[in-house]
Amino acid sequence: MNTPRKLPDEGLDMGVTVKTVTRWLKGPILLFGIYLVLYGHITPGGGFGGGVVIASAFILITLASGERASLQLFSKGVASRLDSIGLLMFLVLGWLGTGWAGSYFFSNFINTPEAAQFTLLSGGIMPIMNIALGIKVASAIFLVFTLLTAFHIVEQELEDRLCAEAHQQESNS
Amino acid sequence: MTEVLALLILLTVIAAIITVLTSNLLYAVISVGAVGFLLAIVYLFLAAPDVAIVQIGVEVVSLVILIRATLGREVQQLKTVHAVVGVSFAVAFVAVIGLFGIQVFNQFPEFGIPVMERFADAPALVYLQSGLATTGAPNLVTAVLLDFRAWDTLGEATVLFCAALGTAVVLRRNARIGRKKSEDK
Repeated sequence: MNTPRKLPDEGLDMGVTVKTVTRWLKGPILLFGIYLVLYGHITPGGGFGGGVVIASAFILITLASGERASLQLFSKGVASRLDSIGLLMFLVLGWLGTGWAGSYFFSNFINTPEAAQFTLLSGGIMPIMNIALGIKVASAIFLVFTLLTAFHIVEQELEDRLCAEAHQQESNS
Repeated sequence: MTEVLALLILLTVIAAIITVLTSNLLYAVISVGAVGFLLAIVYLFLAAPDVAIVQIGVEVVSLVILIRATLGREVQQLKTVHAVVGVSFAVAFVAVIGLFGIQVFNQFPEFGIPVMERFADAPALVYLQSGLATTGAPNLVTAVLLDFRAWDTLGEATVLFCAALGTAVVLRRNARIGRKKSEDK
């Protein structure tokens, strides 16, 4: 059996080819993800698929130029907050059907005229729900990926902090 | 059409078997990816582009996570005696489940015949007929996901939220600092 390859500590540095292709591709991938989320109620797509595509753009950046590059764009704190905000948006939209519009939970309380069908601004609350789901899914999947794979950065920060605390204790005593 | 579909499903099954049988972890991860992408093509052939998009996206991301997680990990092989017991149990399970599975195939509707033709009062017919008029969304999959069955989608979103929350709690930094400190002492 082949011995598995050890990963370098400072993230994966993939070289010029992969970095250049990533620089060209990350924009179109993000754009495709946003398109899938926004047009989910008209064409195939939606919050789940589009969110995963958006997350994969950031994962590609992580793989090509290391964790630090992607965490500067989309830090773990922002990801966990956006995760909660997305779910809260979805819940509030459902509650607005009962509390504000006075109908049942998750009722489609925005009526779109028949002429607006097949356009972007149609489908009532569905585009907003897709956006909420897209934000939620993208940040949740990116968060899980970062937490599971970018472990050595946490380790490094941990070492730094422990060293700093040890120094402080020495200087105090 | 049906032959192409059967060929794709056969390839999927072969890739799945390779996943189980190969001794190299990286090969196993790669053939899991092959299973996922072949399934995405199968979904496209079955006229389900929404499912195919989600399948491709999730497959790419989970494959990347699996490769990053498996590279640099040791694999433990089972001892010979355990392997024999395990293989015989696995074969027995596959035989039993396969016998029941063959029974299910007899119940399947014929390929290409929608459920409305078999049951006149199937709820799918109502969605198809009144979906655009009542929700205003031409994509009926989204209409079902976000309007008729929004409760289920809320559950799905909550599951994903709990998965992220669980990962964040298990791998949180403070617990690791505490453990590191107690190890140092």
